[in-house]
Amino acid sequence: MLRLVMAALAGGLFGAGLLVSGMVDTTKVQGWLDVFGDWDPTLAFVMGGAILPMAVAWRIAARRKVALLGTPIPPRPEPKLDHSLILGSVLFGAGWGLVGLCPGPALASLTFGGWGGLLFLIAMAAGMVATPLVRRQIARLPA
Amino acid sequence: MIEQDWVHGFAGGLMIGGAAALYLLVNGRIMGASGILGSLLDGSDALQRAERLAFVAALVLVPLLIVPFYTTVETHLTGNWLLIVIGGLLTGLGTRLANGCTSGHGVCGISRLAPRGIVSTVFYILAGGIVMVLFRQVLGVI
Repeated sequence: MLRLVMAALAGGLFGAGLLVSGMVDTTKVQGWLDVFGDWDPTLAFVMGGAILPMAVAWRIAARRKVALLGTPIPPRPEPKLDHSLILGSVLFGAGWGLVGLCPGPALASLTFGGWGGLLFLIAMAAGMVATPLVRRQIARLPA
Repeated sequence: MIEQDWVHGFAGGLMIGGAAALYLLVNGRIMGASGILGSLLDGSDALQRAERLAFVAALVLVPLLIVPFYTTVETHLTGNWLLIVIGGLLTGLGTRLANGCTSGHGVCGISRLAPRGIVSTVFYILAGGIVMVLFRQVLGVI
């Protein structure tokens, strides 16, 4: 039960942070990407603000090895830079640029983002569900 | 001069990072929005299902409590439905293929100096920037 309460606290704080930071506003995200237009550096401040507490958290986690509720700290992933990582990041970046929403803000803005926001979330969910099919195609590519 | 938006951005960023730190140090999980939503959708790792549902429910509902403190909260989302659908499909597919998005690879990965997180972030920002130049500066459609 405590695990669920803490997960909800984290999710709620994440959602509140996305709203306060302005990252639910697609003009801020697209403004950050629009380096040759009316460039908006806000996203860099958000990233910087978010990375600071997490950098401290990783240092603590490295010492403790186990989280407070008993779960082992997730191991460092293999530093494997494969097709899926690069292709996936490029596709995600393209979608991010076209619309200005990423998965977190798409969820956080659901209650006030109108029908367009709901449509984005449904399309995003469809893309997620279709991923295993695409993964199988990528597996056939030469390394 | 420091713009008000930058201060809000930094404060909101601290909250986002604080949430990720909480989820890591208390629950022992990586706070990645695409991973949490994606694994709920494809049913992988059923053991974490309830935890992820609680996370997503609060992520969706808590912003509603803050909205009244603002005179306007606008997503300024495009009205072009085709663009929304294409952008959504690309975002869903891309983040699952890459195993992470702005929160997982960006916030959690970069802060751990994880090569995958750093490389992914470079590529999605580059792709977003190129799309921006092409579709806004050249074609003028977004």
